[in-house]
Amino acid sequence: MAQLRTKESSPSALSAETIASHGLTEEEYRKIVKLLEREPNYTELGVFSVMWSEHCSYKSSKNHLKLLPTEGSAVLQGPGENAGIVDIGDGLAAVFKIESHNHPSFIEPYQGAATGVGGILRDIFTMGARPIASLNSLRFGSLDHPRTRYLLNGVVAGIGGYGNCVGVPTVGGEVYFDECYNANILVNAFTLGIAKKERIFKGTAKGAGNSLIYVGAKTGRDGIHGATMASEAFSQKKEQRRPTVQVGDPFTEKLLLEACLELMEKDYLVGIQDMGAAGLTSSSAEMAGRGGTGVELDLACVPLRETGMTPYEILLSESQERMLLVIREGSEEEAKRIFERWDLDGAVVGKVTNDRLFRASFNGEEVVRIPIAALTAEAPVYNRPAERPQNQEEIQKLDLSKVDVPKDLGATLKTLLDSPNVASKCWVYRQYDHFVRSNTVVAPGADAAVIRIKGTQKGLGLTVDGNSRYCYLDPYVGGILAVAEAARNLACVGAHPLGLTDCLNFGSPENPSVMWQFSEIIHGMRDSCVALDVPVVSGNVSFYNETDGAPIFPTPVVGMVGLLPKLERHVTPWFKSPGDLVVLLGRNREELGGSEYLKVVHGLVRGTPPWIDLRLEHAVQQCCLKAIERGMVRSAHDISDGGLAVALAECCVAGPEKSLGVRVELPEMMRQDARLFGESQSRIIVSIKEGDLNRLTGIAEREGVPVQVLGVVGGSRFIIQPLVQLAVNELQSIWSSGLERRLQ
Amino acid sequence: MHWGVVVFPGSCDEQDVHDCLKNVLGQRVEFLWHKDRLNGDFDCVVLPGGFSYGDYLRAGAMARFSPIMQGVIDFAHNGGLVLGICNGFQILCQSGLLPGALTRNTHLQFICRQVYLRLEETETPFTCAGKKGQLLRLPVKHGEGCYYADPATLERLRKNRQILLRYVDNKGKTSEPANPNGSLDHIAGVCNEGRNVFGLMPHPEDAGEKILGSEDGLKIFSSIIEACGHREQKAWPS
Repeated sequence: MAQLRTKESSPSALSAETIASHGLTEEEYRKIVKLLEREPNYTELGVFSVMWSEHCSYKSSKNHLKLLPTEGSAVLQGPGENAGIVDIGDGLAAVFKIESHNHPSFIEPYQGAATGVGGILRDIFTMGARPIASLNSLRFGSLDHPRTRYLLNGVVAGIGGYGNCVGVPTVGGEVYFDECYNANILVNAFTLGIAKKERIFKGTAKGAGNSLIYVGAKTGRDGIHGATMASEAFSQKKEQRRPTVQVGDPFTEKLLLEACLELMEKDYLVGIQDMGAAGLTSSSAEMAGRGGTGVELDLACVPLRETGMTPYEILLSESQERMLLVIREGSEEEAKRIFERWDLDGAVVGKVTNDRLFRASFNGEEVVRIPIAALTAEAPVYNRPAERPQNQEEIQKLDLSKVDVPKDLGATLKTLLDSPNVASKCWVYRQYDHFVRSNTVVAPGADAAVIRIKGTQKGLGLTVDGNSRYCYLDPYVGGILAVAEAARNLACVGAHPLGLTDCLNFGSPENPSVMWQFSEIIHGMRDSCVALDVPVVSGNVSFYNETDGAPIFPTPVVGMVGLLPKLERHVTPWFKSPGDLVVLLGRNREELGGSEYLKVVHGLVRGTPPWIDLRLEHAVQQCCLKAIERGMVRSAHDISDGGLAVALAECCVAGPEKSLGVRVELPEMMRQDARLFGESQSRIIVSIKEGDLNRLTGIAEREGVPVQVLGVVGGSRFIIQPLVQLAVNELQSIWSSGLERRLQ
Repeated sequence: MHWGVVVFPGSCDEQDVHDCLKNVLGQRVEFLWHKDRLNGDFDCVVLPGGFSYGDYLRAGAMARFSPIMQGVIDFAHNGGLVLGICNGFQILCQSGLLPGALTRNTHLQFICRQVYLRLEETETPFTCAGKKGQLLRLPVKHGEGCYYADPATLERLRKNRQILLRYVDNKGKTSEPANPNGSLDHIAGVCNEGRNVFGLMPHPEDAGEKILGSEDGLKIFSSIIEACGHREQKAWPS
């Protein structure tokens, strides 16, 4: 795209090639001409190009996303704003969203990931909320791939470098490795903030005559057409895309955050939005779109850090750490004084109008004149063709008679604990500050993070989750399981789900197989959300995660937030004391399809993902939550990747203090490997004091949940009768070093 | 007593210090803006953690030139109590109020984890509420926390008993794995010769409540409160 930067052509000179290089189809161009009733000029073409990009317009996903349930008793703001908002009582609201920064992070991992964190932080404080916790979901290729370690190092350092400096703790997340991400990594960043319910701000431009104030870093040529880049698949030339990645400055972000929060206490702020993808163009056009107004920009007033920038470049720059504010007419100087106090540049760059036009002038000449609706409401929406892939049936076939049960199941358990997807992720999260703001009650490494809400007795549980292997094998079921597991993780710490935000990472929407996966997953997520009563309040779609025609596994990542009414009752996954009873809530089934065990031990990605009964799932979660509320649960851990044996081992070794042994019995009902490593859903391992067993069974009976006493905590050995007998210290050291040793 | 907590652009932990002092210990706390002069009768000034001025040059290198720091330096020279936590420790070293320097962690990564610390000296206003040899469990979170001093300075620190905290394991022994950043002689915190300026890398303010996993951080703040109560009667041996 480099050749476009300096070229400013006359309106009539737009060649078919220029139009195509802006990522617009011929049909889309014809629509532009029809909407404008004339040919666009070069600058206008650039504006359309970013606003109609997949990244900004959601043109392929919009019709599907409508299916997701977005309403609930706690929802204050659903999708469509900078972030979603739920009511948490005490006059407070939780504001949260997850967003992808996949394409830039692959091209330039440190800056790509860092600016991903910066972008999501701005989405949150834009709404009047102080960000208090971040999480992230990261997917990399196989650790054997030559580029993976470089990408992992860069991404983790970038997330830490930015988040730590801004002073927002990173309290949780997930890291997965799979070959399908070799050429397309995923970096999904989640942030949550707390706002006063009556001081929530929206990205809206209202009141003709009000001023548009630009504040933050100066505008440079970085990131031009970032949104367009994120709306294309990679080819061999992706390295050349490096200049489209922005460079982050967390210090400026921190100043911007503090200055904006200070300004939000004043009554002259009408609306505010960050300049993210598509920069000044999308922020001003979207605000006018929501406000039913127009905007008039004077591009010569935009603070620039480079000379000779053209209107095209100023409008499309994606320089970081910039915000656009609508300030009531007459209060501009007051607002600027706050920015001066924080050493930030603030400039009036335009005003709100009532002509519903997006207009921009440069040195007295009008360079853009487009109806706002043409950029927002009238942007194309597609019902892309969707078709079940021909090999779908084939990959679901799994003949277990050809899968040998390993002779030494203890050795198999060790192999799984050592595998990068199961092993401790401490190497990653110890590079993130997870203590700052002194709210972190459960730090990274548990099923969900728990943070307290200062000034109340309450806490929030936070998790990000998704299993793309399940989604690949059966996207409908995979969509159900993604939501179910996130809710189960919250139940394990004692948090009642309030809402979720989703980051939907897929291949090209122009590929009918990908669109089929997308549609199936949305249906699955919808059914799960309805059954578990969790509304979707915000989200993000990232298409074109494919290289040379090979898409990633469909990867919906669910970020879910839940409320702990009594924070002191929170629970962690690891065993607490010798003598406690180990109890299974839920039921074991003989299921191995899509399991981590099949992949790691047998090299198979096949079969159907685990079956789920959403009524039982809901009942298991309710049972766990009620038992936690009554104070009888000493530990609770969800059974997921690696099955029961891995989950039990984690209960023994994952705690911050000394490891504890366990002795359990698994009655023979099915294949030994399925007993140990099958990933049946709706199962939680809890430990309780012996005397509480009757009370727990009582709750389980009322909820209709099967309960099975597995054994007892204690000793220095890890014993699953009659299959496994190992020293718990050995498991501890294997699990702790599995990832780190591969990175040395 | 009256506490001042300095706010630099890029400070991150000022609110944590404020909340711990005010909400947990019921202290009178005021924020001090970096562009202002130090005005008022403070008993203790805290330089909190964070990334002052972005720390793009070298941790703490810019902050020492700020208007408030001129006042803090004078305050310290007049015997006022100054506590520097993390970035605050770095600033105190850069300002010359504390000996030595904090360099990049030897493993070159940011490190965030719980550590154990051994209280080496109790005859200071920052540690007087503790017992010698006592273990404290506090979080560290920093990229540049590797303490360094030249041999002569180190010798002087030892002789004058200025090393107040060392990184140890949960049994109280120093060891390589227990040292999170490669600090020389496992040093986690030092005071000046006058024993009125103290810098440490760990964060007592993030370990001030049971719900956060540790209350050990209160030991530092209560020492200061206790010391201020006795200041009239007792002079600290140096």
